Amino acid sequence: MATAEKAPPTLAVAGLNAWYGESHILHGVDFEVRPGEVVTLLGRNGAGKTTTLKAIMGIVGKRTGSVAFAGRETIGLSSDRVARLGVAICPEERAIFASLSVRENLMLPPRVAAGGLALERIFTLFPNLAERLASGGGKLSGGEQQMLAIARILRTGARFLMLDEPTEGLAPVIVRQIGATIAELKREGFTILLVEQNFNFARTVSDRYYVMEHGHIAIGFANADLDANDMEQLHVRLGV
Amino acid sequence: MFLGHAITIQQLFGQLLIGLINGSFYALLSLGLAVIFGMLNIVNFAHGALYMMGAFCAYFLLHEFGLNYWWALIVAPLMVGAFGALLERTLLARLRGLDPLYGLLLTFGLALVVQGLFQNFFGASGLPYAIPPQLSGARNLGFMFLPNYRAWVIGFSASICFATWFAIEKTRLGAYLRAATENPTIARAFGLNVPRMITLTYGFGVALAALAGVLAAPINQVRPGMGADIIAVVFAVVVIGGMGSILGSIITGFALGVVEGLTKVFYPEASNTVVFVIMAVVLLIRPAGLFGKVA
Ligand SMILES: Nc1ncnc2c1ncn2[C@@H]1O[C@H](COP(=O)(O)OP(=O)(O)OP(=O)(O)O)[C@@H](O)[C@H]1O
Ligand SMILES: [Mg+2]
Repeated sequence: MATAEKAPPTLAVAGLNAWYGESHILHGVDFEVRPGEVVTLLGRNGAGKTTTLKAIMGIVGKRTGSVAFAGRETIGLSSDRVARLGVAICPEERAIFASLSVRENLMLPPRVAAGGLALERIFTLFPNLAERLASGGGKLSGGEQQMLAIARILRTGARFLMLDEPTEGLAPVIVRQIGATIAELKREGFTILLVEQNFNFARTVSDRYYVMEHGHIAIGFANADLDANDMEQLHVRLGV
Repeated sequence: MFLGHAITIQQLFGQLLIGLINGSFYALLSLGLAVIFGMLNIVNFAHGALYMMGAFCAYFLLHEFGLNYWWALIVAPLMVGAFGALLERTLLARLRGLDPLYGLLLTFGLALVVQGLFQNFFGASGLPYAIPPQLSGARNLGFMFLPNYRAWVIGFSASICFATWFAIEKTRLGAYLRAATENPTIARAFGLNVPRMITLTYGFGVALAALAGVLAAPINQVRPGMGADIIAVVFAVVVIGGMGSILGSIITGFALGVVEGLTKVFYPEASNTVVFVIMAVVLLIRPAGLFGKVA
């Protein structure tokens, strides 16, 4: 326990502000994700969840505050340097490259560390992808796109994954498959920051939650000790 | 249409050959423009001036440093390409995120400056550059004489174009390039050093122009105005092929060279305008160009 206490959080965000051009979107976001945790950002449309992930990655217009990854400050780094520290993003719009084949999409993100998943492992998690390798990236169904968007960041050796609404708009059977994948990754020791609108899904995989409102963290909960009062809070804030 | 004068087979093949030669230059130059446009979203108006610099570079390598044509084929593209990379880093990079019009104005201004400087120092008349001895002479194909140097230019340009197409469409490096072209933000968030890729891409496109300049040196004379002469047609080729299309720029380059050559045989009066007529027609029917993606 003593050593676990000393290990820095995988991600520590403090006083994070972010802008798109002139619009000030994040107003002092504070939270942390500890090694091996699955932490979920909840919040209504437009609360700033996606912007938080982008600000951590360094792909917003401007950001201030502190984003420490494994104890190392990254606020001044460009996004390619952040990625090379072992941070990987699965963006909300999935961002599959249409000008690349499925195989090229899968192989695109460069290796940033040892210990990425082998291709065979990825194909056991997502058997559909193995059959579509030669297809164009633009030819996939929504579910296949989502699988590819997750699969391609598992190869790289990044151990901290940010998944932005991976179940959005997908059929229940695929949502279950993605839930199982997240649980499997957690068992393998990946640290995951999830963004979800679907609390019932988040509940099945998360250790802790933070609720975002108007560009800051309103409240945090641990899954283990959610009581009736917390559920009431969630109900009020999210309408779940 | 019969135009009242007999056309000999020699004439036909002679003009076809000239068309293919011009087409080689159109293809190399429009390919470089397409590569640059795809990645930087800039129409590189300095392309003609950089082509001219490639030819001058070959001239100086020979006369100042004793490096022959074969050396020039390697060294001139490297030098002019490095100059291009420097331009990108110091000037073009500052325009990122601004309206593409600024890039157009900057490169157009650069073209005028470079051409003006060369004209100032070397005058408007041409400097001779000899065909390398290994490629002098011609062979008799039975129906025509094929000068060896011209055969070399066509074959070599086609190979370079094919190699470039292959590298971009079929290799891992090319996948990086296509990804960074399509979505630079996400490509960078995966760890690709996109700014460096942009610099190298511009340098590569410029190197293709310089290579074309070296190839042209023994055919036309080395003149400060040589870039300005060819570049208008090359831009028409790019518009016809479709902005940013790699394969489109290559095929259209060679094809329009041939069309120009054939026009010289059948209707010489139109040979200087035929490319622009085709451009106007294509713009009317398919504004995105023959190979461009219709948005
Ligand atoms: N590129 C942009 N330029 C300007 N404003 C933006 C941009 N992207 C998002 N916003 C604004 O920033 C705010 C936060 O958006 P964000 O995408 O982070 O919300 P979110 O919590 O992820 O919402 P959702 O659940 O709908 O995905 C919103 O008001 C949105 O309109
Ligand atoms: Mg979002």
